[in-house]
Amino acid sequence: MNSPGPKATGYNFGYLDEQTKRMIRRAILKAVAIPGYQVPFASREMPMPYGWGTGGVQVTAAVIGTEDVLKVIDQGSDDTTNAVSIRKFFVRTSGVRTTTSTADASIIQTRHRIPERPLQAGQIIVYQVPIPEPLRFLEPRETETRRMHALEEYGLMHVKLYEDIARHKTIATTYAYPVKVDGRYVMDPSPTPKFDNPKMDMSPALQLFGAGREKRIYALPPYTKVKSLDFDDHPFEVNRFTTPCGLCNATGVYLDEVILDDQGGRMFACSDTDHCETRRVDGHRGLLLGDAHGQVGGSRHGDD
Amino acid sequence: MAMTDDAPLLVANGLTKRYGHRIGCENVDLTLYAGEVLAIVGESGSGKSTLLQMLSLQMMQTRGDISYRMRDGQMRDLTLLNEAERRLLMRTDWGYVSQDATLGLRMSVSAGGNVGERLMGLGWRHYGNIRNEALDWLDRVEIDRNRIDDAPRAFSGGMRQRLLIAKNLVTKPRLVFMDEPTGGLDVSVQARIIDFLRGLVADLDLAVIIVTHDLAVARLLSTRIMVMRDGHVIETGLTDQVLDDPHAPYTQLLVSSVLQA
Amino acid sequence: MYVAVKGGEAAIDNAHRLLDLARRGDTTVPELSVDQISQQLALGVARVMSEGSLYDRELAALAIKQARGDLIEAIFLTRAYRTTLPRFGYSIPVDTNAMRISRRISATFKDLPGGQILGPTFDYTHRLLDFSLLQSTVPDTPLLAGSGLDATPRVTDLLNRDGLIEANPIQECDDVGDLTRDPLEFPATRDLRLQSLSRADEGFLLALGYSTQRGYGRTHPFVGEIRIGQVDVELFVEDLGFAVNLGVIEMTECEMVNQFHGSAEQPPQFTRGYGLVFGQSERKAMSMALVDRSMRAQELGEELSAPAQDVEFVLSHCDNVQATGFVEHLKLPHYVDFQSELQLVRRLRGEHAAAQSPSSTAAVLNKEAAE
Repeated sequence: MNSPGPKATGYNFGYLDEQTKRMIRRAILKAVAIPGYQVPFASREMPMPYGWGTGGVQVTAAVIGTEDVLKVIDQGSDDTTNAVSIRKFFVRTSGVRTTTSTADASIIQTRHRIPERPLQAGQIIVYQVPIPEPLRFLEPRETETRRMHALEEYGLMHVKLYEDIARHKTIATTYAYPVKVDGRYVMDPSPTPKFDNPKMDMSPALQLFGAGREKRIYALPPYTKVKSLDFDDHPFEVNRFTTPCGLCNATGVYLDEVILDDQGGRMFACSDTDHCETRRVDGHRGLLLGDAHGQVGGSRHGDD
Repeated sequence: MAMTDDAPLLVANGLTKRYGHRIGCENVDLTLYAGEVLAIVGESGSGKSTLLQMLSLQMMQTRGDISYRMRDGQMRDLTLLNEAERRLLMRTDWGYVSQDATLGLRMSVSAGGNVGERLMGLGWRHYGNIRNEALDWLDRVEIDRNRIDDAPRAFSGGMRQRLLIAKNLVTKPRLVFMDEPTGGLDVSVQARIIDFLRGLVADLDLAVIIVTHDLAVARLLSTRIMVMRDGHVIETGLTDQVLDDPHAPYTQLLVSSVLQA
Repeated sequence: MYVAVKGGEAAIDNAHRLLDLARRGDTTVPELSVDQISQQLALGVARVMSEGSLYDRELAALAIKQARGDLIEAIFLTRAYRTTLPRFGYSIPVDTNAMRISRRISATFKDLPGGQILGPTFDYTHRLLDFSLLQSTVPDTPLLAGSGLDATPRVTDLLNRDGLIEANPIQECDDVGDLTRDPLEFPATRDLRLQSLSRADEGFLLALGYSTQRGYGRTHPFVGEIRIGQVDVELFVEDLGFAVNLGVIEMTECEMVNQFHGSAEQPPQFTRGYGLVFGQSERKAMSMALVDRSMRAQELGEELSAPAQDVEFVLSHCDNVQATGFVEHLKLPHYVDFQSELQLVRRLRGEHAAAQSPSSTAAVLNKEAAE
């Protein structure tokens, strides 16, 4: 765990001014009060591009305190470039402690994954959301989609699923798979793979969603029912992997496919790098880990 | 609390629409009973489409009331429905068949998806049941079952119109509005659609309000007729009586011009 | 054996060092000063101020330098800085009637009170590369009109006197919205539409304005007037009870005069489209005026058929900071979602192959097992 770093001078704690944070917290409170409902908020221009996590960063900045321990992941990994960049931003502007350990984090900001280790009560997970509107690709007009949510007219959403089955014999949505929240609002879970959808259901953690460019915040309070849309005779299914992780031998986790050469050689490894490393420290070994016993991925390519 | 079957389904009083100083239609009274087919005829600009738009709640009247007997038997003032109630009514107990089927269909969604949309909107969540219902309706509107996964983009005009009818009737509405439903079609196709509309109306005991400029369509489909000119109703009665023995000079002119044609 | 790639942080730091080096270029060539950019690339500076919505020449020039001349990147830098600034209040509306004019032209009248003033313009220059600029040059001294130009009334006011043009559709009101403080919701009122357009991407507005001229929502525009010059910015101070001058800024204003057929209630009348931007930027102000007018189609009872008339479409896509962020975010890793899609496509292809040739089912299953 990193210790608190120096604060960048000239900016308020967490970059945003207190008034802006209050505005965002009000939006968050409203979002928590109406689970799954998209609350418009006056998203600020952030010193990182729209679409690169400005919504998540604003939500995190609004809820973070000096005692918090922050974990940032992108694609499940703490070490992907954008995760590194966002973590650095908070170290610079708030000086809070950071961690790569899911268990030790009080706030986890994520793009595209939910950690494999079940979240705990008291933790907050903040999702970066590019397009918060689950109906957007069926109906491009904001005025119309807002009305559809207000009147709970979600037939069109099922038309999309119906069309998938008619064409492919299966629901062909693999990520950003729409869910119904607490029996009321249809919500975009952010572009996580549908593999992660069940983790949202009845989670003890507070789940917050920030879309900066589209200026929306929504939330799932702890222990909220989250149901993936489906048909009775075509129930929701998660993706399954036939091989275990090549590094830690985990099964039932989400795997990245890694191309090893140009001869079709490839391997599968945990997308959640913290989960994988923790398992290896605990002595689990995958087929491709080699001899470096319990080695936690260093900063170099290993020898073949 | 349900009323008897001889209570009217839809009652309109003093319906008026003004566009500034121009009259769209004025002081129209109308009563429609379950299972009854009412034709509104007139030339373009007579106000018949304006009237249909108001009755089907797609346009707000300037003055007048419309009330409707809901499925629970209660007569409700339609202007007092909230938006959710209004939209539910429009997609369950009502149908709307326009001249241009592309307005009512989702052109890139399969025929099955189009027919199933209202069912899914009502909470149907069994793919197999939705599909069977859609197949059943394709049979009824005489579209080949094998076309169920094709989008209406690939359909002929007559097929689109029949698909639109299936899409509207799948929730077993009690009232269907039709605006020149055979308007853009070839004569032979028109005849077939009218024929099968007659069958459906009888089978399903549908009430229909149909707007047409074509007196032949009105004669074949409707039991009662309302003749409009310049925003006013100038003659109303049983269709056969009005067309065989028109009283108003304008109706006489309309009827004779059809005979001459 | 395989070890996952790590070291993103070091890679990022090094990439940024490379960027610094590339920005500076060949160190034997003198470094650009911010003053040079501000003085000699003034129209680029104007664009950054306008779309960055921050009137500060020095900061805009700095942003251009830092962005290596990438104006959208410079606009982004300016916006990100602007959003951290505290708000002291809102100025009273600038009075462009009182503009100290450096350029003013009308296309609707040959001559008019105040005259046509060409000012510094590319118009009527022959677009021939001037090779003398390869060396340092000292420009000729132009003749300047004497000070104390007569008042320059607006063309639209002249038309308004005879009722030939609609009254200004925005009335004075207290509750002008603030796009940067409240989320934009639709339908958007004209104050918010104009704010949005004034910050909008010049290229996007240019293309939309152009499309209206080519028939996608035609509005029959005439340039009533373009004026460029300096205006005072004043803040009403409650404690003092009067407005104090905060400074002087340069602006470009364009008023389009557009055709309108009238209706049963209203006699035919010209209608307005309005453009106002920081600095000298006629192209932007004119495009803005065209698009503003097109977006009034519904209010004026015109048929809605063209992109430029679609308020939600225009306002949702006109901001280049939003657009560039979202387009460019596609280069962020997406491999988790891509993995999901890969799995599905492999499975569907397997099922497809099996259905196409039942005899080869065994082969497909074998292949799948191998995966």
